[in-house]
Amino acid sequence: MSGFLAWIEARIPMMRVANMHAIQYPAPRNMNFWYVFGFLATVVLINQIVTGIWLTMNFVPTSEGAFKSVEYIMREIDYGWIIRYMHSTGASAFFIVVYMHMFRGMIYGSYQKPRELLWVFGMFIYLALMAEAFMGYVLPWGQMSYWGAQVIVSLFGAIPVIGPDLVVWIQGDYVISGATLNRFFALHVIALPLVIVILVFLHIVALHEVGSNNPDGVAIKHKKGSLPESEKTPYKIHEYYTDKYDIADDVVPFFPHIVMKDMVAFCVFLFAFCYIMFFAPEMGGKFLEHPNFEIANPLKTPEHIFPVWYFTPFYAILKAVPDKLFGVLAMFGAIAALFALPWLDRGAVKSWRYRCGFHKVNLIVFAIVFIFLGYLGGTPQENWKIVASQIATVMYFGFFVALFLYSKNEKTKPVPTRIPK
Amino acid sequence: MSNVSVDAKESAPNEDQPQVNTRRRFLTVATSVVGGVGVIGAAVPFVASWNPSAKAKAAGADVEVDISGIEPGQLIRVMWRSKPVWIVRRTPEILEELGRHEDQLKDPNSEAEQQPTFAQNRFRSMKEEYLVLVGICTHLGCSPQHLKDGAFEEVVEGVPDGFFCPCHGSKFDMAGRVFQNVPAPLNLVVPPYQFVDDNTLIIGSEAEVV
Repeated sequence: MSGFLAWIEARIPMMRVANMHAIQYPAPRNMNFWYVFGFLATVVLINQIVTGIWLTMNFVPTSEGAFKSVEYIMREIDYGWIIRYMHSTGASAFFIVVYMHMFRGMIYGSYQKPRELLWVFGMFIYLALMAEAFMGYVLPWGQMSYWGAQVIVSLFGAIPVIGPDLVVWIQGDYVISGATLNRFFALHVIALPLVIVILVFLHIVALHEVGSNNPDGVAIKHKKGSLPESEKTPYKIHEYYTDKYDIADDVVPFFPHIVMKDMVAFCVFLFAFCYIMFFAPEMGGKFLEHPNFEIANPLKTPEHIFPVWYFTPFYAILKAVPDKLFGVLAMFGAIAALFALPWLDRGAVKSWRYRCGFHKVNLIVFAIVFIFLGYLGGTPQENWKIVASQIATVMYFGFFVALFLYSKNEKTKPVPTRIPK
Repeated sequence: MSNVSVDAKESAPNEDQPQVNTRRRFLTVATSVVGGVGVIGAAVPFVASWNPSAKAKAAGADVEVDISGIEPGQLIRVMWRSKPVWIVRRTPEILEELGRHEDQLKDPNSEAEQQPTFAQNRFRSMKEEYLVLVGICTHLGCSPQHLKDGAFEEVVEGVPDGFFCPCHGSKFDMAGRVFQNVPAPLNLVVPPYQFVDDNTLIIGSEAEVV
């Protein structure tokens, strides 16, 4: 057996990669529960791919067949309902864990130097995920699929000069039609999943190159020769890291320590996931919206159009601006601002534990504003909400402006050189 | 390429080096340009295949509508290019009202090109009586509701009839002109159309000579 493994190892470096990136990968030993969401996102990604493959076996991507084939999957395929609910619940779960993962990065400064590219790759994953989720939502061809697509595609019509022609080109028709459904299907099942998997790969490669951050924002890799033998980690860490750096006694190997922690999170996650999947797959119309149980009708707009919950904060920003082009710009600007976060934050200290009190307030207010925008974008229009969403939009961008201003000369607490015991 | 590098080694380096570099640069640029043109050429079918197909274009052809059965005040919907097109037979009271609320409109004189030139008037139509509109909100593509006989007064005081978009609250009058302070930027689109006779309307093309 070992001879066979050696034969393989000599031809492809399976064990070397496994050791380098998992078994002997140095992980900070103070990683807390915030550090489980990257792992959970991977779990959900695998869930989406597997259930997605099974759904395509019975889904018919035409305007005549799509809605019926989803009913067929739900009612007549053995366990079809469970596969579809795993996929639809997975879509919302994906955004829950990704939003947690992003907020973790924000509070512990995981986007700061040298992890800027890591953050940017993550943002590209988020962007691809939004496109993937949007196109997936169009596929069942219900009322909300159709009118949601109508609203989102017509955003491109706001682009000066080329806008209207671009919309026709995206739709493949003068309106959202079977042609649109078909190409969204192709993008949803082939193009975007490939892009997402490649981006996830790059995200992890970039992570392992710069190393994991931690709740104290303390570096675990030190300059070669700077640490006495007694302060180096007693664990076996892969040479790839120890050859270049002194690894402090602040780390544990990824396996089994971090894997075990992730497994606990996985179990808790599964409880929540299964509860929703079995008892509340529609989540009161938030995960699967009620108008979508009616087949798409181009002549009848549903009374209220909302995107699914994970888009509603940006939708609220779009609606808050009374001008179409500027509304679209504000919405995309809200995402672009997140991309620019590593450069907007000019602070040298990473974790909010050692940053000024105002930074903590700023982050918490940002989270509340984001959730509040989500509420505004996901409930029927009322007069007070117009003003409220305008204030919340200003506060959303205010987070970035304030961060840019105070981070330059921020009063911070002293950061320990080693992870506190 | 190998010949070039051999030349470079054998000849005096200081004198010939620039010339060789120039040749190499020329070759690099030339192959890159040719390769780039090839990539663009190969991309054409992939991009163009996203355009509406011949079938979709044919489905976008003109639509003939019999308007003899429309009652005064009634709205009928027909499909043109899979879009809802409204035809409303407006009563004299509705036409009169159009002149009374122009101060509340964004573009009362239809200056933005949202209509054929024949419809650039207060009534935004060829014949005053018949309003023909694409029933899609200019904000984000929803189809507004027709609120009539006083129902519209709930959204705009003093105006009994109009169109109200349920998605984001845009309001339009009975000529499809947009009110101020709503998200929709423009008046509703008037499609090209022509009357063949008093009872027959063709949507999709204009008569050559009006």
